[in-house]
Amino acid sequence: MARLNVNPTRMELKKLKARLATATRGHKLLKDKSDEMIRRFTVIIREAKSLREEVEAELSGVLKQFSIARSLTPSYVAETAFSMPSVAVKAVCETESVMGIDVPKITIERETRSGGLPYAYSEITGEADYSVEKASVLLPKMVALAQTEKAVRMLAEEIERNKRRVNALEYVMIPQLEETIKYIKDKLDENERAAVVRLMKVKSKV
Amino acid sequence: MLGKTAIVGNGDGIMVFKAAGVDTYPAEDEKKAKDILRKLAKDYQIIFLTEDLARPLTEFLKRFDEEAYPVVVSIPSGESGGYGMEVLKSAMDRALGVDILFHKD
Repeated sequence: MARLNVNPTRMELKKLKARLATATRGHKLLKDKSDEMIRRFTVIIREAKSLREEVEAELSGVLKQFSIARSLTPSYVAETAFSMPSVAVKAVCETESVMGIDVPKITIERETRSGGLPYAYSEITGEADYSVEKASVLLPKMVALAQTEKAVRMLAEEIERNKRRVNALEYVMIPQLEETIKYIKDKLDENERAAVVRLMKVKSKV
Repeated sequence: MLGKTAIVGNGDGIMVFKAAGVDTYPAEDEKKAKDILRKLAKDYQIIFLTEDLARPLTEFLKRFDEEAYPVVVSIPSGESGGYGMEVLKSAMDRALGVDILFHKD
């Protein structure tokens, strides 16, 4: 490891010692942060996985049913039937801080606009009713999935970044400082010894 | 803050969400989807994207991970192609380097 390019003086030694103390403390703190983030991450990723499994299973059911409904109605009828939403989804978007990262926190409030389905029953087959209703029920879950998955991705990024910082401190910064401190100490000791020898020589000559 | 939800996808499948109160934006291919996403990112907080469009746009979607909003999430179109799980897996690989979810023993 390359040592830093500094003058071997007592002044520098003092400065470097202070820097080393800061670096060590920072390293410890970051390592603790990393541990805690990983703990939270494992919890969140498990949640995301089970949510995704649920959503994917239910959604493929909904889509299958809907495609049946679509195949039973002419497309222009279907298009007009579905163009007026019966419910307005209100999603309250906030952020929540997880280990200093702002992750989304979404709560769904739904408002039924006209009550019931957006079309007349005579317009379209019964299959559509089911799929629309199921889709409305599924929506909060999908939003929850969106929220958790986003948190997973953001946490993963932050963990990676933090890991890099910890490693930089552990394997570059701290060894460098230690080596430089040792070098300065050696140099100062050497100077001291030289001074003593010189004094002794002078004394013997006098 | 009140958020808006949108869904971007191809095919008729997304129409069912229109009735459920989500704004729908049809996109035939990933190029179109990219343009639509760029526009939607400013106005919408939650954007669903069908899997077949999300897969080629993986790199593009990474830019949304920097901020809390908008949340872009992939949903299966028809049968699940496992893209959502791949995203989780890659996040796990990056963060932990160990497989804690998908290992089989």
